[in-house]
Amino acid sequence: MASNAADSAGTSYVPDEGAPIIALRRVTKSYGEGATAFLALKGIDLDIAAGDFVAVMGASGSGKSTTMNILGCLDVPSAGTFQFKGVHVETLDRDQRALLRRRYLGFVFQGFNLLARTTALENVELPLLYRGDPRKERRAAAMAALDKVGLADWWDHTPAELSGGQQQRVAIARAIVTSPAVLLADEPTGNLDSERSVEIMRLLQGLNRDNGITVIMVTHEPDMAAFARTIVHFKDGLVERVDTQHAVGDVPALI
Amino acid sequence: MLGTTLILALRSISRHKLRSFLTTLGIIIGVAAVVTMVTLGQATTIAAQKSVSALGSNILQVRPGQGFGRGGGGPRPPDFKPADAIAIRDQIAGVTAVAAQAGTSGTAIYEGANWSTTVNGTTNAYFQVQSWPLAQGRIFTAAEEAAGKSVCIIGNTVNDNLYRGGSPIGTRLRIAGISCDVVGLLSKRGQGGFGGDQDDVIIMPLKTVQRRFTGSTDLKLMLVGVDQAYASSAVQASIENLLRERRNINGGKDDDFSIFDAAQIAATLTQLTTLLTGIVTTVAAISLIVGGIGIMNIMLVSVTERTREIGIRLAIGAVAKEVLMQFLVEAIALSMLGGVIGLIVAQLAVFGLSGVMKVDFLFVPQINLIAFGISALIGVVFGYFPARRAASLNPIDALRHE
Repeated sequence: MASNAADSAGTSYVPDEGAPIIALRRVTKSYGEGATAFLALKGIDLDIAAGDFVAVMGASGSGKSTTMNILGCLDVPSAGTFQFKGVHVETLDRDQRALLRRRYLGFVFQGFNLLARTTALENVELPLLYRGDPRKERRAAAMAALDKVGLADWWDHTPAELSGGQQQRVAIARAIVTSPAVLLADEPTGNLDSERSVEIMRLLQGLNRDNGITVIMVTHEPDMAAFARTIVHFKDGLVERVDTQHAVGDVPALI
Repeated sequence: MLGTTLILALRSISRHKLRSFLTTLGIIIGVAAVVTMVTLGQATTIAAQKSVSALGSNILQVRPGQGFGRGGGGPRPPDFKPADAIAIRDQIAGVTAVAAQAGTSGTAIYEGANWSTTVNGTTNAYFQVQSWPLAQGRIFTAAEEAAGKSVCIIGNTVNDNLYRGGSPIGTRLRIAGISCDVVGLLSKRGQGGFGGDQDDVIIMPLKTVQRRFTGSTDLKLMLVGVDQAYASSAVQASIENLLRERRNINGGKDDDFSIFDAAQIAATLTQLTTLLTGIVTTVAAISLIVGGIGIMNIMLVSVTERTREIGIRLAIGAVAKEVLMQFLVEAIALSMLGGVIGLIVAQLAVFGLSGVMKVDFLFVPQINLIAFGISALIGVVFGYFPARRAASLNPIDALRHE
């Protein structure tokens, strides 16, 4: 049933140039068993090109969060394939996916998710600690990332001493300190006022444009989605529509 | 990887100082209790052995009556006669010397200073059996012993109290109404068996004491020196047989005298203190286990409380093993920290209590090492379960956890 739904309603989006960094094929995801089973994804086909800036939109329950979890290698599809840089992620085990996240992915969350009582620098350093970088390089890279988000002077402040916008920028610094290929952002501006939101979006745009990081961002707000190059609309566990707002390489207009 | 997890664990501990301290409190108390109990137990054993060996090694004490007291009921058993002492010395193989004793007590006076002390009447054999050399002067001459001359050799405590550090040799002091010439000063011996001060004594020839004080030739105590080459139990049995014969004790009747072997008493005492130490150590060890459970409890709470943090770590790319290691290392570091503090507390407690219990301060490296090792082991055992729980969390659920 899942694959039928994919055949009839699944929309595939293939960018004009280059091999996609992400390719989902007939991806389904169900939770629970038997009569109480719930089909969150009904057969998704989706390609995302390297260097794209994608906004993911849709009502809650539309399957966008489930898709983000799969794209973030935090979850695996129930059926179908997910290739990341040509690797079939659905065949990897838990630890292999963790290593893939460590190497290629950066995460930014709505609730910032910084470690409490931990300085900005130490928060940003964390992914490098797991990578086993030596102390000196760790410090230098973390400071560079903080500098990139404009918080170099705030390195020794703990989250409690930072504003929401600053916390989110520290979280972005943490996400990019490993120079990931893809940055996954789950409603990064959901907890911020519009002024801070625009700052964060500009930051993400800059990272996308200057560092070639592919950005995939979930958002409810059309204003925020306007910063993206591509918008993927989810509805009822399927990709409803994909809008390309700008050509690859174009810098969208800033509000 | 160990370096990373160690950094993470130490950061986490230092960020929750109060919680960390409370967590380790169980281990601190447990380790301190075990080390203190074992150390004090050993110190007590050593002190007991010292006390008993102060009674003299290779010495048999022969007394009239059973046990240390006279015993209740019945006629009082007779004291020994000088001939008993001679018979033991001459007839039993393995006896090096027999020091017969008779005693009294009285006040010693010298130039206005007075001191209440014990007078011990004995022979020169006493110094040999007790291996107790003089500090100054000489032992009794044969003529003094034979004639029961009024001469004395004084102990260190008596000297301190009557002469205030000066030399007593050649002076004349009064003891219980008679005057005597001081010919010798005993070397210092310190505390004796069961707390008595051995140096608080004046020694006079046996005959002098019998003639001037007790008025009879009865002997209350004989100290028998045993040759190292002979088993003291065999010598003891021979003396028992000889005395039964001499005192006409037949067949099934019980002895009306007793023979103590200091080595035997020491062995019994050691057994007893070892047993007691074992019991209190077991109780202390249980408190150590309770401390371990405390660590597990807090670590489990910590895992729940830090679910979101674990989710962040997993999302960032920590593999399950790294999360497991972080929590495990955290538990081990906490319990080892508790172990170190516990050891410090234990030394302080031993120092304080050894003063109260009047035993020497003791540092036993083995028990300290063992207790520390156990505290680390507790970290591993009781830290593993919470750590595994942390590592098995699903990152998505963990991130959503409020």
